[in-house]
Amino acid sequence: MSTPQTPHTLHFMPSAGFRARAKDVVENPFLRKSFRGAMDFLMSKRAAQFPDAEELESLRSLGERIRQYNLAKLPTLLEQLEANLTKNGINVHWAETPEEANAIILGICQKHSARLMVKGKSMVSEEIELNHAAEAAGIGALESDMGEYIVQLAHEKPSHIIMPAIHKTKEEIAKLFAENVPGVAYTDNVDALIQIGRNVLRQKFLEADIGLSGVNFAVAETGTLCLVENEGNGRMCTTAPPVHIAITGIEKIVEKLEHVPPLLSLLTRSATGQNISTYFNMISSPRKPGEKDGPNEVHLVLLDNGRSQAYADEQLRKTLQCIRCGACMNHCPVYTRIGGHAYGTTYPGPIGKIISPHMLGLEATATMATASSLCGACGEVCPVKIPIPELLMRLREESFSAPHANPAMRGQGAGYSRLVSAIWRAWAAVYRSPGLYRLATWAGSRFSWLMPANQGAWTTVRTPLKPAPKRLRDMLKERG
Amino acid sequence: MSSARTATPRPTDIYFFATCVVDQFFPGAGMDAITLLERQGIRVHFPDEQTCCGQPAYTSGFPDEARKVAAHQLTLFPEAWPVVVPSGSCAGMMKHHYPTLFARDPVRKAQAEALSARVYELTDFLVNVLNFKPEDCGSDCTVVLHTSCSARREMGVHLTGRQLLGDLVKVTVAQQDHESECCGFGGTFSIKQPEISGAMVEDKVKALKATGAERVVSADCGCLMNILGHAAWKDAQEGRSTPSLPGEHIASFLLRRTGGAQ
Repeated sequence: MSTPQTPHTLHFMPSAGFRARAKDVVENPFLRKSFRGAMDFLMSKRAAQFPDAEELESLRSLGERIRQYNLAKLPTLLEQLEANLTKNGINVHWAETPEEANAIILGICQKHSARLMVKGKSMVSEEIELNHAAEAAGIGALESDMGEYIVQLAHEKPSHIIMPAIHKTKEEIAKLFAENVPGVAYTDNVDALIQIGRNVLRQKFLEADIGLSGVNFAVAETGTLCLVENEGNGRMCTTAPPVHIAITGIEKIVEKLEHVPPLLSLLTRSATGQNISTYFNMISSPRKPGEKDGPNEVHLVLLDNGRSQAYADEQLRKTLQCIRCGACMNHCPVYTRIGGHAYGTTYPGPIGKIISPHMLGLEATATMATASSLCGACGEVCPVKIPIPELLMRLREESFSAPHANPAMRGQGAGYSRLVSAIWRAWAAVYRSPGLYRLATWAGSRFSWLMPANQGAWTTVRTPLKPAPKRLRDMLKERG
Repeated sequence: MSSARTATPRPTDIYFFATCVVDQFFPGAGMDAITLLERQGIRVHFPDEQTCCGQPAYTSGFPDEARKVAAHQLTLFPEAWPVVVPSGSCAGMMKHHYPTLFARDPVRKAQAEALSARVYELTDFLVNVLNFKPEDCGSDCTVVLHTSCSARREMGVHLTGRQLLGDLVKVTVAQQDHESECCGFGGTFSIKQPEISGAMVEDKVKALKATGAERVVSADCGCLMNILGHAAWKDAQEGRSTPSLPGEHIASFLLRRTGGAQ
């Protein structure tokens, strides 16, 4: 078994509480209805973007090939990206852990005596819990994406990777604004709420010392950082403050500019059902002499945080194809029932289940992979064809198998139980032997009256299972 | 996926792989499927040594145990006849996962590939190989069809069940809300995450009942076990003595509508 690393000082909730959190949501009819409505809306928006099944299939295949091609060349592309970004005047930093990433970002902030950082939407910054680290260092970190801003005001975490405040109603947001934004009266008019948020943020963009953003695609050949957004806050964060820091995972890289359009099209159509996002930023250098705007300094932090573990295994590597559209969660019947917070990880839903174990280890995430009926809805809609159900089965195997040497994953064997393994071995012994199987099923039918009325988890919402009085093989024999 | 098979010559003999769920819990569905096939002039062979496809262990993260059980099934179908399975889920296991399961065992991998090429889900076989057009001799009725996720997404046979029901002139097929959504069974998922699974089956049963259909039919007994089990539990909770959502395997329904077992 691999040596468990020192647990991160991050605020992730342990996997052990998953069932209890899921139960809380499932038993709340208001939340159930609200998630269902939101996911239905997102599913229909996506469906409207892909009326032609054949076009969708060929685009998904193209997306898959582009991602696999670039992942296959990842080590070379990372070097090429660093060289070209450096040539363009962008500083490149490498971080293996969230702690290292935070130290790099806070180091840049401190060098500039920064007091305020405005942030565009970045899930990687959530992954490293940058806001906590900044706060601890006395630097204000303000979310400027409307959904993220709402979540931050509520002292919560995003519940969806694209729509962070999808769990909130407009009435809740109205109350939050009235209580937290000085001089604002309660209004649940959505346009008015957006205006309130914009007014607050507009001032902050001008005051901020640092602008932070994520990256959707980093183009190695040209040294370009691409950023997809809808609110213009991404452009503000990356142009108004004197310093721009971008942070992304090492997998978000493509070799050529021509790889971007198909992925962008898949991303916006799959994510929000938009043909194209309102903004698409391509950042290739800091402000040049004679230019009127743009930051004086641009940095890129490339974060590993377990991604190289996934990369090292041929099957698990497919996890890294993800372009973070969130379609898998929108179509997931489990996510629809429990929402994003129940997962307790930065990335919820199907993608969260397959990527979080690499970031946090299987010890902390062992039960997540069991929270799927393997219905396949996620894999069906994934724009880059990640075989999510297959990966979930692999994670179950990694978790439940006995700890062994040279595991592919940190925490392999975390869910191992001598008893459960013995039960499956006994099951296999019966089902591989026709004689034992016949005996067992004969006894099942003969003594079906012995089946208990309480069959544990099964009978919490179902009648007990009872073998039929005669098996099919008995009926066939009688028929002759 | 299955439309390419329309040119398959009509076989005289087939193997029937019942699945462990049908053998032990839904034997009537198995009998009805066999009778339905025999009525098409097909000799149906039931290898008595058959047990389970191995899927429960496979999806639970125990591929070694699944492999042992699957290896046993590989030996049961020596003739080149089609293997017909009254379950999209188990057929999916044999058709799509057996070759992967034996990827590191060249001999068995070849056997698995040869087998998977002739594995058919029942409704797919009826429609695309036998070109079966059921003639309805029943009276007016409304049913609702539940298609398993494996049948839909793995086997791509979600249209064949619908087509068979559509051929029955006096049967109206109701359309349920969120039709393509999972019923929440998922094998061991239903007992490992009972709260989520319970919420899913609750919503599924509500959607099926809301159609006003007299019964639910499905080509997968795993889903039926879950759906009917919850519907019956709900009936008991609410003090109903007659089932509010009766249901059966599509083979039983088709057989009855087309003149029964004679």
